Amino acid sequence: MANRTAYSNLVKTMREGKFLFTGELEPKKMFDLSSVLHSAEEMKKTGKIVAANVTDGPQGDAYTCSMVPSYLVQEKVGLEAIWQMTVRDRNRIALFGDILGGSILGLKNLLALTGDHSALGDNKNARAVYDLDSTQLIDLVSKMVDDGTDLEGNEIEGGKVEMNVGCAANPNSDPREPEILKVGRKVEVGADFIQTQTSFDIDEAKEFLKDLEKFNIPVLLGLFPIKNYGIAWYFNEYIPGVSVPKDFLNDLKATKKIKDKKEKYAKIDQINIDFYVPFIKEIKKTTKAAGVHCMAVHYERLFEPLLKEF
Amino acid sequence: MIITEQKDIEEIYEMIKPYSKILVAGCDGCCQPPRSINEAKVLAQMLELKARSEGKELKWKAITVLRQCDDRIVATTVRPFIEEFDVIVSLSCGLGVVMMNKVFPNILTFPAQNSKFGGAENNAENQFVEYCETCGECLLGVTGGVCPMAGCAKNLSNGPCGGTVGGKCEVGGYTHDCAWVKIWERLKKFNRLDLFTQYRPPRNYRLWSSPRFKEINKTYTNVEESNKEEKQ
Repeated sequence: MANRTAYSNLVKTMREGKFLFTGELEPKKMFDLSSVLHSAEEMKKTGKIVAANVTDGPQGDAYTCSMVPSYLVQEKVGLEAIWQMTVRDRNRIALFGDILGGSILGLKNLLALTGDHSALGDNKNARAVYDLDSTQLIDLVSKMVDDGTDLEGNEIEGGKVEMNVGCAANPNSDPREPEILKVGRKVEVGADFIQTQTSFDIDEAKEFLKDLEKFNIPVLLGLFPIKNYGIAWYFNEYIPGVSVPKDFLNDLKATKKIKDKKEKYAKIDQINIDFYVPFIKEIKKTTKAAGVHCMAVHYERLFEPLLKEF
Repeated sequence: MIITEQKDIEEIYEMIKPYSKILVAGCDGCCQPPRSINEAKVLAQMLELKARSEGKELKWKAITVLRQCDDRIVATTVRPFIEEFDVIVSLSCGLGVVMMNKVFPNILTFPAQNSKFGGAENNAENQFVEYCETCGECLLGVTGGVCPMAGCAKNLSNGPCGGTVGGKCEVGGYTHDCAWVKIWERLKKFNRLDLFTQYRPPRNYRLWSSPRFKEINKTYTNVEESNKEEKQ
């Protein structure tokens, strides 16, 4: 929502017009969150990453919830969280309760998502909830923030929730038109910002960003630095609609032959830097994107060399 | 019609194992694939074979019922047989199994089928398809005749989600159509994208919650009684 108060540092920075970066943290099926917090610390050290997404059961897997790690990242590391919330596992009552709880814990950004279906995850027989869809979740947050109520108009005791809400958009969407129309509806019900899925194609990304300009809210383009050839191969084989450019893929494949680990990592990092630095520079120069959402999960060592260029 | 799938013979046998006289009742109603007298006989013979392999004799009779989900039809068709048998095995959908248990409370009726969904017969694609989930709040008027409740794995009201690629859905390995891409295509074809972009607020799931009832309209089902009531 273009004129809602900027409650989060992320939305404030976006509105200042400064080109920014966000990162991504993925709490898995884990009790010990030290690796997540370490990754957040590395992000903070760069001084360029304003906030980090904390995922909510990606691929439909049963993982540690996103609320507690979001809180700990803010509290222990001092990096603002973009708390991802899917409508897959909670009905409107649980969503409301969690949002209120997260707000009490000081979470200021919520990314409203549909969520990968539980049939794709590691508890395939689970009953998927989907009481609300992602648009209706944004509507719920808007009511909590703007009116201080739940969806039925029942008032929250003690004031309104202070939070900004974002939505996702998919540059790989095919067909494109229904995706754009859907994003428009999300903006209409109160989305403050957009974070896109990953794109490896600069022309596609630019065209998509152009399509989103009319909504007049900040957009962060999703990019996915690739840590090893296996991940690139997986993307190409198993993520329909996403294809890693051939040269990028072949360069990564060639690193499989390098035996010395240090040398191998340096080469992989260089390939990513050679691919993404010009990519991000082009986005920064030629589009109205507010920044880049860098999904380099567990690839902390790339942050410093990649981001020093910006 | 209600689409069913026969349970594994072992599972059916486990249910009737403690008994030696079984009445196997087919259903000539809307159950698909057909589960009538022939299917009832085949099932009974299979159970008899299974019992024999365990050294037991099983007495059985196979019958069929016009519609097992109608209490009056069930009462008149099945009543003459029940005295001779220990239990009933029904080849109907769950509606019939529950109705048989209700109409004959002194004898157990076991299900031989798993009821899967209310489906339409799409011969062009050789499939029974769930086109409607009986949600109680029909959206087909604003979705170009494609149901987003039955057609979308996530029951989205404001779709499509990010799990659609090339008009196919992530659930089922990108083999099924994305209902929301179909809806968009239909509405675009009729120049009604205004309906697509409309925000649809959260649904009323009370209309879609069990148990659900609706009063039978007496004037429709029983003309004589209705005439009497009118005279009074």
